[in-house]
Amino acid sequence: MSAVTHAQDSYLESFARFEEGAGGSGQEWLRSIRRSAMARFSELGFPTTHEEDWRFTNVAPIAETSFRLAEDGHVSPTVRELERFGFSDLAGIRLVFVNGRYEPGLSRLQPLPEGVKVGSLVHELTTDPGTLEQHLGRYADYQHDAFCALNTAFMQDGAFVHIPRGTVLSEPIYLLYVSAPTADPAITHPRNLIVAGEDSQATIVEDYVSLSGDVHFSNVVTEVVVGENSVVRHYRIERESAQAFHVSTLRVQQGRSSDVASHSLLLGGALVRNNVHPVLAGDGGDCLINGLFMGTGEQHLDNYMKVEHAGPHCNSRQFYNGILDGRSRGVFHGRIIVHKDAQKTNAKQTNRNLLLSDEAQIDTKPQLEIHADDVKCTHGATIGQIDEDAIFYLRSRGIAEASARIMLLSAFARESLGRMKNESIRKHLEGLVGQWLTSGKPLEETR
Amino acid sequence: MLAIRNLHVKVGDREILKGVDLEVNAGEVCAIMGPNGSGKSTLAHVLAGRETYEVTAGDVIYEGKNLLGLYPEARACEGVFLAFQYPVEIPGVGNAYLLKAAFNAIRKHRGLEELDAMDFLPLVKEKLKLLDMDEEFLSRAVNEGFSGGEKKRNEILQLAVLEPRLAILDETDSGLDIDALKIVASGVNALRSPERAIIVVTHYQRLLNYIVPDSVHVLVDGRIVRSGGRELALELEDKGYSGVEAETQLAVATPS
Repeated sequence: MSAVTHAQDSYLESFARFEEGAGGSGQEWLRSIRRSAMARFSELGFPTTHEEDWRFTNVAPIAETSFRLAEDGHVSPTVRELERFGFSDLAGIRLVFVNGRYEPGLSRLQPLPEGVKVGSLVHELTTDPGTLEQHLGRYADYQHDAFCALNTAFMQDGAFVHIPRGTVLSEPIYLLYVSAPTADPAITHPRNLIVAGEDSQATIVEDYVSLSGDVHFSNVVTEVVVGENSVVRHYRIERESAQAFHVSTLRVQQGRSSDVASHSLLLGGALVRNNVHPVLAGDGGDCLINGLFMGTGEQHLDNYMKVEHAGPHCNSRQFYNGILDGRSRGVFHGRIIVHKDAQKTNAKQTNRNLLLSDEAQIDTKPQLEIHADDVKCTHGATIGQIDEDAIFYLRSRGIAEASARIMLLSAFARESLGRMKNESIRKHLEGLVGQWLTSGKPLEETR
Repeated sequence: MLAIRNLHVKVGDREILKGVDLEVNAGEVCAIMGPNGSGKSTLAHVLAGRETYEVTAGDVIYEGKNLLGLYPEARACEGVFLAFQYPVEIPGVGNAYLLKAAFNAIRKHRGLEELDAMDFLPLVKEKLKLLDMDEEFLSRAVNEGFSGGEKKRNEILQLAVLEPRLAILDETDSGLDIDALKIVASGVNALRSPERAIIVVTHYQRLLNYIVPDSVHVLVDGRIVRSGGRELALELEDKGYSGVEAETQLAVATPS
């Protein structure tokens, strides 16, 4: 434990250095949030498996690694180097962050519809902090979540998106977070704030990639504020290196009659925690929480859902599919909280898992906390192997065993991918999943 | 075309086939009949390459090749087709997709160019008509949510599209109403040709009114106990399996 205490002290020291020069440090409200978050982190420390929310995920490898705040001065990748990450067919706005810092040279802010604001958080903090003061740090729970507290203490850069009332963005906003090689294990705290005004519509893609196999830690918080009658689609793609640690929290605040979809695809990372926390605050909100996680080797992929129904007549649907190979381990923890006044709630949760090896493991746990009396909540989980009868059936039709396996796994993955309605994003993700399937064990396993 | 010699097959510790001998020639329709548990389905699955069955003795020569040495997919590519008694549901895999993948895998094996969707679709639509099937079948997932009759018809659709040299129908008639039975039978009859052999595995004589066999073999307790022409099926209908079996035992005991 002493290593851990030492690590916590080093975060404090690091904070003292960071705070002085941090963007927006002149603003009292921000200074105060950062400080109280740091104080909170010191009190909380990193969670242990004794805590219910972390029962299946041991973050000791994160706590025991001595990370340094990624600083400027790294060698920035070129546009060409980033090409291999694809998504080139997305025509809209693209922001690129390298080791947590916005890189204008790699980004594209056109075409920007009238009134829409998209840019770096630190830029906004220093030039026009009005909207930020109203929202930043108001939703993500840094009082109880240590990683969120750490992010909030060190928050500085990330994406800021503001879509004014009545504006419909036809193209997705693509946010690429690149981890470039550093001398020591680097930690970044990307902080994103998306504010969608009334009757607006937008799609946001967060994509996390590594340029090398170095150990690094991305500790992400994204707050999304969804106004009345607005539609927001959020995609998170985790495809960092097999050495990467990744903890991210998506905190969505939904207004009346808003419609939100959160899609996650977890392919990369050594230890990944994917927190999705929508709060259906207004009446009649709708939320789809959809994800696919595919682990191999020693990967640990933890999905922690906390769906809060605070307003009446809201619907939420959670669908998570996992494919686990090698010695990988997956977690699906699906919490649904229905508050006292959230009558006529309709909440559904389904987690389906395929284990491809004897050593792969999944822990799946529904957790329903219902304080209203007129609600409909359902949950279900399945854990299975690939259907050998189906494999034989396909083989008996002339399809090679390896292809038959890929066919069945693709079909299972498509259950999740099929819920992603943006065609160019979905096609791209289908490509990533296809690569995983053909380069991974499902093929090696066969003759 | 097919020669089965002294075939012994086990599942776990239980011996199911206890020395089956059978010859099937090109152009022939051969019926294998037998009571429940006689080993009919086992025989069909062993021919298709199901690995859960263990062949302990005997061999199977198909077109001069050792069939038992081939993987299921290789057998299919060589022209063996099994219509399943219980077709497997495969959610998320489209019927058209499977048909095209199978069709092209077999073409590729034969050194033929693969067909693209544009060329493949008309071919499938023609076969659909033959089986009085709606085009919406193609966009559904393989067998998912199909009725029993739809599943059987879907098997015959695959048979019609893949045009195998040796087709094995495993109780394709069971559970079909008379209209569906007629459609399935006419689909099979359309495939009769001098180059093709068809093995019809069935419990009931009824199907053989529509698919008239050239030879009938009675499988009881893992052995073929009687072989004959079409009239044997009618005799079975009349006397039942136990009657035929008793006669056989009598014949063995007191050779005339």
